[in-house]
Amino acid sequence: MTVHSDNNRGSDPAVTQRQAAMAVLARASAADIARGLVHVSHDVAFTDARPAEIGLVMLRGRIGGGGAPFNVGEATVTRAAVQLASGETGFGYVFGRDPEKARLAALCDALWQNDARRQPIEDHVIAPLRQQQQERRALAQAQTAATRVDFFTLVRGEDER
Amino acid sequence: MYVAVKGGERAIDNAHALLADKRRGDRNVPELSLDQIDNQLALGVDRVMCEGSLYDRELAALAIKQARGDMIEAIFLLRAYRTTLPRFGASEPIDTGAMDIRRRISATFKDLPGGQVLGPTFDYTHRLLDHTLTADSDVAPAATAPADEATFRSVADLLAGSGLIEGEAEATGDVGDLTREPLSFPAGRDLRLQNLARGDEGFLLALAYSTQRGFGRNHPFAGEIRYGEVEIEFFAEDAGFAVPLGAIAITECQMVNQFTGSATQAPRFTRGYGISFGQSERKSMAMALVDRALRARELGEEAGSPAQDEEFVLSHSDNVQATGFVEHLKLPHYVDFQAELGLLRKLQAEFFERGTEIPMQDAAE
Repeated sequence: MTVHSDNNRGSDPAVTQRQAAMAVLARASAADIARGLVHVSHDVAFTDARPAEIGLVMLRGRIGGGGAPFNVGEATVTRAAVQLASGETGFGYVFGRDPEKARLAALCDALWQNDARRQPIEDHVIAPLRQQQQERRALAQAQTAATRVDFFTLVRGEDER
Repeated sequence: MYVAVKGGERAIDNAHALLADKRRGDRNVPELSLDQIDNQLALGVDRVMCEGSLYDRELAALAIKQARGDMIEAIFLLRAYRTTLPRFGASEPIDTGAMDIRRRISATFKDLPGGQVLGPTFDYTHRLLDHTLTADSDVAPAATAPADEATFRSVADLLAGSGLIEGEAEATGDVGDLTREPLSFPAGRDLRLQNLARGDEGFLLALAYSTQRGFGRNHPFAGEIRYGEVEIEFFAEDAGFAVPLGAIAITECQMVNQFTGSATQAPRFTRGYGISFGQSERKSMAMALVDRALRARELGEEAGSPAQDEEFVLSHSDNVQATGFVEHLKLPHYVDFQAELGLLRKLQAEFFERGTEIPMQDAAE
């Protein structure tokens, strides 16, 4: 298995945006994706280019956090691919074992590549999910921040800096 | 001599039905849901994922329920499940520096960029049983505070910046995988870390403790422990780029240990590394201590203690293998035992024929 770390990052802004949309989909539930997708995909024709399949991905760490890679352990991943009648192929690779989620993520990815569908996908699916995820993350970060230790004044949770 | 190979089927079926009955327990008590196990026994789920070497919270919760809370049995179930699935490949290496931090502490620097955040920890609790938990508890939401966009720069980076700690070697060649090829010795550090990452927490904890008590002392400091979420990417051949799979929770421990140096190399701190799924702090710390102990030869240290013995540590760390061999002793060994009995009777007969006085009056069979 080769290491691909440096050959796919920051090269193509379109890929970066697509990855950002995929990242939001990967963190969402199938039901949440479906809820947004009904506003976009009611008239879309597509086929399953790769039926959903459950498998494993070996998760790699780095020795010492920054050194050579090593295998930490595996995770369940479900993948699927769909092809629109207009030709675009979308991919869904998501943690877990939910075939419907992988298929919906692939459909969103395919639609995202279609010039006429990208904005509706961003507006109805990605944006609300991103907002929901940012809110969850902000809450977790705020709760974490409340446990910050201040060795100078022994006051915490207020008077930040 | 006899071999019992038939006749146990009904007993086994009924034993399994009884097991299912006992697993469910008193029908008047509500049944556990997987969500309840995932949420309220979250650290147990973390441990099963870690030693089961499979990140899937729902499956780990299911395994704990099926195993009636027997963690090693649950780990075994997860290991067995993973063998049924194809592997799509390996992820891009996790960037722990980009972690969305939920806890980060250092025992070496009190002021460090990003500060110290305790997160959800048992540390500083009084370890007094909380009897209010015997009834349904009404827990207030956790406190919040403004979260500045501090980056949590790692302690290892800080020390490396001033040349006080050893660097990590760059990647060379393929990454070893002990799930594909049996371990052989000496093992590279990649394989050692993979073995430790799925190793039994209790075994590693005891070994780590032994190094602190003098059996392979290396004078450790918890340079940094961080726990939080990391995004994982996977290079998908069909897509042609690295796709984000989602986020997982991990714990990372950087141990800072006493010095090494040479005629050409200034003395500097050495390192031990631990990483685990979920919030598994004790496991990560123990792993880092044992990782460092296993580097004894590489660092030119005297290596005579158990924790420094690579073959001893790596061959006995896996609790699924260990339980398999220990527990197999309860399976029928009737033929083996009959052979032993036969041999013993023969030895006794020879002993008595020699006419020596009988030391035990009741030595008859």
